[in-house]
Amino acid sequence: MTEEVTTGGVIYEPGNSAKTKTGGWRTFRPNFIHDKCKKCGICVKFCPEGIIEIKEEGAVADMDYCKGCGICVKVCPFQAIEMEVEKK
Amino acid sequence: MTTRVIEGSQAAAHAVALCKPKVCAMYPITPSTHIPEELSKFVADGKFDTSFIRVESEFAAMSACVGASATGVRAFTATASQGVALMHEVLYAAAGMRLPIVMVVANRALSAPINIWNDHQDTIAERDSGWLQLFCETNQEVVDTIIQAYRIAEDERVLLPVMVNMDGFTLTHTYEKVDIPSQEEVDAFLPEYNPKHAYLDPERPVTQGPFAFPKPYAALRIALNEAVNNSKDVVKEIHDKYAEKFGRRYGNGLIEEYKNDRPISIVAMGSVCGTIKGVVDQRDDVGLLRVRCYRPFPKEEIKKALEGKETVIVFEKNVALGMNSGAMYSEIKDVLYELEKRPKINNVIGGLGGTDVTMQNINNFVDRLKEADGKVELLRGDPNE
Ligand code: SF4
Ligand code: SF4
Repeated sequence: MTEEVTTGGVIYEPGNSAKTKTGGWRTFRPNFIHDKCKKCGICVKFCPEGIIEIKEEGAVADMDYCKGCGICVKVCPFQAIEMEVEKK
Repeated sequence: MTTRVIEGSQAAAHAVALCKPKVCAMYPITPSTHIPEELSKFVADGKFDTSFIRVESEFAAMSACVGASATGVRAFTATASQGVALMHEVLYAAAGMRLPIVMVVANRALSAPINIWNDHQDTIAERDSGWLQLFCETNQEVVDTIIQAYRIAEDERVLLPVMVNMDGFTLTHTYEKVDIPSQEEVDAFLPEYNPKHAYLDPERPVTQGPFAFPKPYAALRIALNEAVNNSKDVVKEIHDKYAEKFGRRYGNGLIEEYKNDRPISIVAMGSVCGTIKGVVDQRDDVGLLRVRCYRPFPKEEIKKALEGKETVIVFEKNVALGMNSGAMYSEIKDVLYELEKRPKINNVIGGLGGTDVTMQNINNFVDRLKEADGKVELLRGDPNE
């Protein structure tokens, strides 16, 4: 397949970065332990990808985009997140 | 049209103002300084309506031109030597983003040692950047080429930045008779820039200069390569249209042959071609092939012009260090390789750092090299060398 490109690579569709799933770059993955989560939202603010949401059960990351940086683990005051080796 | 006797830089500035760029982002550097000086005078006198940005470096000058052009307006800058070198990174971005910026380069040697005089090392170093490069012989040609350059750059078949090269001091600081077209004439030739690919519209946001993964990157580089190649026909076509309207032509817009029906042909670029024409007029064995359009390199036209020659001498003002020749020598050899019967070919590098190239020099190297093949000579600037 040949790549279709525009003149100068201009992208005419704004906000299309969601189409690029960056989760595949991960070597480690955060494991959210919902029993310990106080839903304080600190990890939400610190996640550089902006992909953590507070849900009914606690903090949840959208793993399609989580790069496994581990920042959420560092900032969680309740040790409610652990880093594991990505197995996939 | 008015006929005036003015300095090359002033003539360039008049041509630029006639093209009405909305942004001029400039940083003065010898020998291009008189161009921004004259343009800022036009602005101060209320004769030229542009955003004149006094930037803090050439890197900023080209960056501001990229920004301006990306919003969809005409942009201009001028520079020389180290200024071109400092722009290097942004030159590639301008071409890759397909922004039709026009820049005049007052060709000057590169450091070290620091030297303010003319040679072509500064823009030859940018030959692979994707910018089109047109080399002028006279100040009249500079005026005509600047006006053509915007129309070429903005042509939908091209959409690439263009460098108009004029020899530092030899042209920039020389007073010559120059015909300056009227505003009405230029307006009729050069329509308003109305881009369909790169512009700023808050109603329709776009991303320019994005990140690209390997495959789209490769596809964009291939598209850029094609665009530069295809621009050759447009350079020629617009030169012809200009010639029709203004009555001045420079060969076919790509190359100019002067008495090039003789057994020996000198290939050269820029103002030195005037001196070479003087030598050609005195002898009957040598002609001139002037390369006006250096990028894209008009291979077919050059091949045709050199076919059947006994000897070709490539004269150039740059050194491809480590190759022990000038850059254009290799390129002309590349072209001649395709001929069944190849001429002998030699290389003379001269005019480095502003050393004079005299008619005596030219006569001497023609005499020395007419029977030779594969010889490369570097001149030191002695008038009788
Ligand atoms: S590991 Fe990094 S990217 Fe993934 S959820 Fe935590 S902070 Fe966000
Ligand atoms: S920082 Fe820890 S406790 Fe707070 S919401 Fe995130 S995971 Fe839960």
